[in-house]
Amino acid sequence: MRRVLLPAALLAALIGLWQIAASTGAIADALNLEPYLVPSPTEIARSLWENRGLLAENAWVTLREMVFGILAAIVVGIGFAVAMHQWRAVRDASYPLIVASQTIPVLVIAPILTVWFGYGIAPKVVIIALVCFFPLTINALDGLRSVEPEAVKMMRSLNASRWQLLRRVEAPTALPHVFTGARIAVVIAPIGAVFAEWAGSSAGLGHLIQSDAANFEVARQFATVAVLSAIALGLMGLTALAERRVVRWR
Amino acid sequence: MRQDTRIKPQTGKSQTVDPSPLADTTAGGILLRGVGHSYGELRTLDFLDLAVDAHGVVGLVGPSGCGKSTLLELICGLREQSSGTIEVGGHGAAAERLANCAFMPQRDLLLPWYSAIDNAALALRNQGMGRGPARAAAAELFDRFGLGGFETARPTELSGGMRQRVAFLRTLVAGKPVLALDEPFASLDAITRAEMQEWLAAALRTDPRTVVLVTHDVEEALYLCDRVAVLSARPARIVAELSVPGRRAEDRDEAVTDAGFVAAREEALHALREGSR
Repeated sequence: MRRVLLPAALLAALIGLWQIAASTGAIADALNLEPYLVPSPTEIARSLWENRGLLAENAWVTLREMVFGILAAIVVGIGFAVAMHQWRAVRDASYPLIVASQTIPVLVIAPILTVWFGYGIAPKVVIIALVCFFPLTINALDGLRSVEPEAVKMMRSLNASRWQLLRRVEAPTALPHVFTGARIAVVIAPIGAVFAEWAGSSAGLGHLIQSDAANFEVARQFATVAVLSAIALGLMGLTALAERRVVRWR
Repeated sequence: MRQDTRIKPQTGKSQTVDPSPLADTTAGGILLRGVGHSYGELRTLDFLDLAVDAHGVVGLVGPSGCGKSTLLELICGLREQSSGTIEVGGHGAAAERLANCAFMPQRDLLLPWYSAIDNAALALRNQGMGRGPARAAAAELFDRFGLGGFETARPTELSGGMRQRVAFLRTLVAGKPVLALDEPFASLDAITRAEMQEWLAAALRTDPRTVVLVTHDVEEALYLCDRVAVLSARPARIVAELSVPGRRAEDRDEAVTDAGFVAAREEALHALREGSR
């Protein structure tokens, strides 16, 4: 209970402070801004309610991008990790390249991918998968390699083939690590989604934030951010739930 | 003390006659000649000779870090020796040795995602048996070895002694002629360990196998083994080979207080002290 109540109390206090500072015009005065540019939490809540249809429509677009992107990253990441684990040459050849690939900012490749794949869902899925596959691959590989050497010896002397070892010992050992990777992926997926939509899109929460920024619709921007954050938290919760269901022996 | 200095006649590829006079290696006996091993510069084993008959139970005792476990892994074919020859069931190649040995590691290493029965049936599943038949085969052993009723228990629900029993059954179920046990009871408390020693002795009476038992417990080795090889500090050599004269009592407390047993234990401890220098 304490783990829920304390953060909830802190959040309530912060929102309360913000409410007072915004509704009295203190922030707007301090920043020398028009008051409508500094919405209070109640104004954001009202915007959230009034724009519920629009937000839901765009949330659905972004949610689909994120889910497909994360799933693609899981498939590719686990596939890569297994290949790197099974074949030393694959690991030695690809590991440095995978690490190096992470130094390329999404911001830079997003427009290129949009040129290649157009304005539809495809470039978004690719970009989200690109952002998410790194933590998944690295964690899955770490998990596969965390098997105790003694357990490998035991399995070998019990007639296990390389693939039986993978299936019966290494994969289950790696599963909790894969879920750690998935939690990180879920948290960074919205960043990928927003950048991908900024590079070129006709719908989605990132698209909405961008057009609202141009029109100084600050309250709705905050509302959109809240929805995006809620989606990420929801996916986090689903991941944790899946982990509890799958990794039952913990 | 016995040193194996006789040379086994060279056997050609197709020639299976004339096995060693020392060990019946064709049916799961073990024969080591001049076996040496090094980790890089570090010499761990120094020209070891050892012969174990089929269904013989041999103990390896020695100071910590002397290379007992390495020797066990060499016998199992989990490692390649640097020099000398190792034969298990008449086979010299590491892969063939591995095919003939079942290895039980120091800690039980039961897989937490499987039930006790599925852990025990692991080798059968690896050998291609379906889940149902594999469980049935393992269940039979559960009843026979006092684990009946614990089939569906998760490893975390079992006591230390029970876990070791399941781990031993997992090794036994593999159906290999040779069991290689690496300090199987080291993690148990004294009372459970004594119980487990009696249990293992009984298990081996019902289902005899060739056994190589690595332990640091001289008493355990003498109680469970026909013969005990005492290893020196690194690089390990066999400094003494001894056994308890006469038939041992099945009851452990009775066995270990026997005069012959006590004398053998003193001799082993003496050899151990000498070899540790």
